[in-house]
Amino acid sequence: MEVEGDKEMDNGNSVMCQLADPEGNPLGTAMYLPQNAGPKELQQIVNTLLNNEDKLPYAFYISDHELLVELGNYLQKNKVSVEKVVQIVYQPQAIFRIRPVNRCSATIAGHTESVLSVAFSPDGQQLASGSGDTTVRLWDIATQTPMFTCTGHKNWVLCIAWSPDGKYLVSGSKAGELQCWNPQTGKPSGSPLTGHKKWITGISWEPVHLQSPCRRFVSSSKDGDARVWDVTLSKIVLCLSGHTLAVTCVKWGGDGFIYTGSQDCTIKVWETKQGKLIRELKLATNCISGVVVVRLSLVLNLQGHGHWVNSLALSTEYVLRTGAFDHTGKKCSSPEEMKEVALARYNKMRGDAPERLVSGSDDFTMFLWEPSVSKHPKARMTGHQQLVNHVYFSPDGQWVASASFDKSVKLWNGVTGKFVAVFRGHVGPVYQISWSADSRLLLSGSKDSTLKIWDIRTQKLKQDLPGHADEVFAVDWSPDGEKVASGGRDRVMKLWMG
Amino acid sequence: MPQGDYIELHRKRNGYRLDYFERKRKKEAREVHTRSKKAQNTLGIKGKMLAKKRYAEKAQMKKTLKMHDETPSRRKVDEDVQEGAIPAYLLDREQTARAKILSNTIKQKRKDKNAKWAVPLPKVRPVAEDEMFKVIRSGKRKTKQWKRMITKATFVGPSFTRKPPKYERFIRPSGLRFTKANVTHPELKCSFNLEIIGVKKNPNGPMYSSLGVMTKGTIIEVNVSELGLVTPAGKVVWGKYAQVTNDPENDGCINARRCPMKIVIPTGNPTSAPINIHSISFFVLQSDPSEEVGGVALESGSVNGGPYDAWLPLYEDASND
Repeated sequence: MEVEGDKEMDNGNSVMCQLADPEGNPLGTAMYLPQNAGPKELQQIVNTLLNNEDKLPYAFYISDHELLVELGNYLQKNKVSVEKVVQIVYQPQAIFRIRPVNRCSATIAGHTESVLSVAFSPDGQQLASGSGDTTVRLWDIATQTPMFTCTGHKNWVLCIAWSPDGKYLVSGSKAGELQCWNPQTGKPSGSPLTGHKKWITGISWEPVHLQSPCRRFVSSSKDGDARVWDVTLSKIVLCLSGHTLAVTCVKWGGDGFIYTGSQDCTIKVWETKQGKLIRELKLATNCISGVVVVRLSLVLNLQGHGHWVNSLALSTEYVLRTGAFDHTGKKCSSPEEMKEVALARYNKMRGDAPERLVSGSDDFTMFLWEPSVSKHPKARMTGHQQLVNHVYFSPDGQWVASASFDKSVKLWNGVTGKFVAVFRGHVGPVYQISWSADSRLLLSGSKDSTLKIWDIRTQKLKQDLPGHADEVFAVDWSPDGEKVASGGRDRVMKLWMG
Repeated sequence: MPQGDYIELHRKRNGYRLDYFERKRKKEAREVHTRSKKAQNTLGIKGKMLAKKRYAEKAQMKKTLKMHDETPSRRKVDEDVQEGAIPAYLLDREQTARAKILSNTIKQKRKDKNAKWAVPLPKVRPVAEDEMFKVIRSGKRKTKQWKRMITKATFVGPSFTRKPPKYERFIRPSGLRFTKANVTHPELKCSFNLEIIGVKKNPNGPMYSSLGVMTKGTIIEVNVSELGLVTPAGKVVWGKYAQVTNDPENDGCINARRCPMKIVIPTGNPTSAPINIHSISFFVLQSDPSEEVGGVALESGSVNGGPYDAWLPLYEDASND
């Protein structure tokens, strides 16, 4: 460690520091650092210690406050004792930077009812929206015009979800049927998938690193079931029943677990890996040969919330959503390659830590879980004064953002669950949030008809985006960071650009 | 009268007859036939009574069956595509409150056709001064007659402090002061009890507006912040205009209707002719200030020959910022 050798021990201008990763594991031994060392120098040290070939950007935190000035300055200002070893947490930053959006580039009319859901494809090249006029529409991002109108649903289209390889789009309606679409032609692929008795509340695809090409997805419904479907067979594969009330959200985790949150205050974890043990569902025998017979069991029942569970988020969610596509825009030639790339991305994102889950509830609190470690919550996040409607992990897993009906968005540490900041500015309930791919910006859409962009570093409002004439129901930031799409009660899609 | 429950006792000791349940089932199964036969053969008043009884039973049975049927209407609600789609995360919430909340979209609609807007009450009966005011005699000998008491409903702001009674020219009786108005929203067809912010315009003259007199046809500003309206820029709308539609001094309450965005009415001191607000005066400005201000030139002197060249912009739209 050359740095250590260089320092001047005798003049008393150095301070004993210990670098540590966000999980708290120390990097190297404690060392004396000169007080004039700033983030830049620390970055060099970390890059050397980690033997990084490319120099990566890092941010440094001392007891959850970001270090922006020189070490000595900071210690003086915050009156940190130099007697003790100062723990400096380094957090890797995205090597790319997303430009904040600041203007509305297009207002596209087309839907004749409220726009209820908006989603960019994993590669950020396509955009789809579901609406109360029972159609799904695909939009041409380049020309900002409508491309296809997919009709076929019988009632409001509540949810849409792209497969992580971008080949399919699935939509779920209020009548309870699901429909798979081919985004290239705008035609339905296969007949409607019926089975749910009430409206669909959430759809989640199987991660591409578990199976490529994508075939299976899970949907949750108001009727209390979650069902796993296979798109190539257009059939239900199995039915996860066990919740006593409506299932509000469902996520398919990267380790092959399915997480469901419900109005019966519980979160259930289901296991879908093959042959692990357990009770085989009778339904699985219906599957014709060639399909993996899925064995399934309820692994965990996470209890803790005192009211409905509204939203779930996984620390790896962003990687799972984008699959093999990253910010460089590389294309994979074969499904196998896609699987490998996606697996590599997933492992890199997850690191050694277990997958974390955060749940937002009607009891105004959130819980941070590590379902693979323990059935007890890791942390309880309190502070909201109204129900928490949406929670979302930042793409790098460091932060959790929560949107609440108390008109605020709160930011939490994604590892420890500690409160970090509150973003106030909306005058109505905040419905949905979305992160930029570099985790530096957060977007929120609210009932007050505006979108707002918040800067995570300064913890301030970066951009106010008025323009919608009524409530904003859905927002999405494209994975390539170029655009933001939003839709709401005023029936138009808006595209925002930087 | 039976002497003790000997049958039960016997059953307790020895159990039922072996064919008891069989016989009972058969008897019950036969019951309908027996009753039918009886009904067919009964004559006279007894027959009538029996028929009536059986009819009542049948009607009751049908009602019960119907009650347990699946209601077609409820199912239809689920199946039909309804207006006002909301996302899945709101579906279980605010179902009931929804109808009562003024939607911005409705506001939008109003903007589109605001050229058609007119105030709810275009014509108002002018109120003469001696009807509006009661002369109060003052002075030791009650010879001075400069004090006036307002006989109509008034709005007095919360920050109002009285002048010393000796110098108070206009007395606004506290019994006729109002702070709340029932405002009807014509499109939502529901009304809200809202706080009054101020009196914007009394058609009888600017003096009455400044005194806060609320007669029929007066435009008042009400506080709508609790309805949760927002402007396109994301600010809370809190003031809206409404026109009084009743005679508050007679009814003891103020009923009003929501007004369009921008109105201009002439000033002037009408005397006896009815103030025809519609034909001369009330018209609507464009909601967008950048557009040409829609002004219909007032024919000067249309009311009783008086010169009415002065116009008062009644208000700027509160939601337009």
